[in-house]
Amino acid sequence: MQYIPNILFLIILFLGVGFFIKNVKKLFRNINLGKDINRSDQKPLRWRNMAKIALGQYKMVKRPVSGILHVVVYLGFIIINIEVLEIIIDGLFGTHRVFSFLGSVYDFLIGSFEVLALLVIVAIVIFWMRRNVIRIKRFLNPEMKGWPKMDGNLILYFEIVLMTLFLMMNATDLQLQMMGATHYASEAGLVGAFPISQYIAPLFEGVSESTLVLIERAAWWMHIIGILIFLNYLYYSKHLHILLAFPNTWYAKLQPKGEFDNLDSVTKEVMLMMDPNADPFAAPAEEEEGEPEKFGASDVMDLNWVQLMNSYSCTECGRCTSECPANQTGKKLSPRKIMMDTRDRLEVVSKNIDANGEFVPDGKQLLDDHISKEELWACTTCNACTEACPIGIDPLSIIMDMRRYMVMEESAAPSDLNNAMTNIENNGAPWPFNQMDRANWIHEN
Amino acid sequence: MSEPLRVPTMAEYMAQGKQPEVLFWVGCSGSFDDRAKKITKAFARILNKANVDFAVLGAEESCTGDPAKRAGNEFLFQMQAVTNIEVLNGYEIKKIVTACPHCFNTLKNEYPSLGGTYEVVHHTQFLKSLLEDGRLTVEGGKFKGKRITFHDPCYLGRANNVYEAPRDLLRKLEVELVEMRKCKTNGLCCGAGGAQMFKEPEQGNKDVNIERTEQALEVKPDIIAAGCPFCNTMMTDGVKNKEKEDSIEVMDVAEMIAAAEEL
Repeated sequence: MQYIPNILFLIILFLGVGFFIKNVKKLFRNINLGKDINRSDQKPLRWRNMAKIALGQYKMVKRPVSGILHVVVYLGFIIINIEVLEIIIDGLFGTHRVFSFLGSVYDFLIGSFEVLALLVIVAIVIFWMRRNVIRIKRFLNPEMKGWPKMDGNLILYFEIVLMTLFLMMNATDLQLQMMGATHYASEAGLVGAFPISQYIAPLFEGVSESTLVLIERAAWWMHIIGILIFLNYLYYSKHLHILLAFPNTWYAKLQPKGEFDNLDSVTKEVMLMMDPNADPFAAPAEEEEGEPEKFGASDVMDLNWVQLMNSYSCTECGRCTSECPANQTGKKLSPRKIMMDTRDRLEVVSKNIDANGEFVPDGKQLLDDHISKEELWACTTCNACTEACPIGIDPLSIIMDMRRYMVMEESAAPSDLNNAMTNIENNGAPWPFNQMDRANWIHEN
Repeated sequence: MSEPLRVPTMAEYMAQGKQPEVLFWVGCSGSFDDRAKKITKAFARILNKANVDFAVLGAEESCTGDPAKRAGNEFLFQMQAVTNIEVLNGYEIKKIVTACPHCFNTLKNEYPSLGGTYEVVHHTQFLKSLLEDGRLTVEGGKFKGKRITFHDPCYLGRANNVYEAPRDLLRKLEVELVEMRKCKTNGLCCGAGGAQMFKEPEQGNKDVNIERTEQALEVKPDIIAAGCPFCNTMMTDGVKNKEKEDSIEVMDVAEMIAAAEEL
């Protein structure tokens, strides 16, 4: 009978981690629906970028208030997770504070976890106020209504509950240790340092040992179950960034921001057209069977896997959108919405694959059904969004790929642009001037 | 101003069996737009003054394809690129200078993988190197002490990390350089990039150039300095919209240097 909690813990841990792994596999599968792109060059630079931008939060602190608060929560969560390791071992083997043999190091660790937990709570409260009381503009854009808004708040509630449970657990544990309760008290004296929960512990003075054990156990169980639920919540939430920010910065574009890729499929055709020796009547080469390659992107499968990973990595902070010149002047375009739409469509495709074994066309696509042409045409390609993103997401590349589809597959450019392009084609300038007059300025006054 | 411009073409150089130090890529705006032509001429006058051995392609120059590419017409872009590369490679061009950040970005970044690799510099970078090499000297002159704010062109700044060359030139003019609250990496676009120059803006509550002009007016400049013909047009329109054209000028950095040197 005495092993029941241990077995129960093992089952919960197994289910929690198992379900998470299942979703991680799905995540990999969905990201791999994207086209191949080589982003494994210049590895030393990529590692440096990841260390600086993801690990070092270099871009987060460009906005100091949210940046520093974020660093607190980030450090808090990473460091406090060391404690989770102890919780798991204690849970599996029925031990009490198994790492306490570390002595003063252990005291230091637990003490700093407590301080961090309090700081995290403070930061989370401020974050919540920014969203719900101060109502910062970038959290109120149209795409932030409904689930995205709730998601943002749920994450904050989760974190505050987890931190509170952690402190509760320590406070009751401290009280039990001081009461000399069996299993809790150690012959060596007090185990752990409790700079924060020592102020909570007095609340439990006079509470019976059995009630205290009950509260301590409840806090302990809810804390670890909460963590497992949170872990599994990630896949359904914008909070995936805590994992994906790292590969996202590693695989980010390294070329100058102004350099857009040259489509190889187009190069092939252009070179053929420009080749004076090409036989215009030649039959297509044997190996080029199947459908001709689609130019640009109308759906998520036309994007590359880095773009799809970007969409899962986006935590909807809206820094891109708040810097976007189109969005600032009231246009429909919001780079954050481009990322959210891409992920939403990818999830629709994912469920379609789950249900049918493979993707069965559903008569819908990313273009028009999620992202409108009006949004795409409002972009000035200024790179404010890619500069603003704290983890190197590139909404602009998606906008460009979709413009390519609209222009090269649908011929659906605004008429003014069509005129400009016709001019470029006919007379080598976007305006209807004769190419022969290009040097006239030399002799004009 | 009295001296006529000396602007040879590559064809003329070729006929003489000579190779210039640098090709001046004028661009469509610089060739055809009345406002931008003034920038082109100012830059050419400085080149003449510094005795830079340069040439233009003249009628052999064609659009780099930038607006086509940003509009999504990769096909037209590559056709333009391949044709231009054929001309440039035919003349064995090594170094290109241009006063248009869009041409600059395209030639520098997007031509190499299509077979056209050149050393490409923006005219502000080129002018800075002329100063550093002592081939050109400028003094504050008429701009000394004036309040100047520099509007970063997206395709020079964020796109290619060139922020200091134009500012260094302005400092040489001994101006009072003031920065807008949105500048350098955080600079706000003028609204013309991504082929927006050639279409009507989408429905919104303001035009981008008005927003940017308002940011510029906040710092109460005498002159808004630009480094791009499109930005120049957009900011000029913005200043006119605010009815400030009598007190605030929009000038290219090259025009300011030419004016300071009374060229």
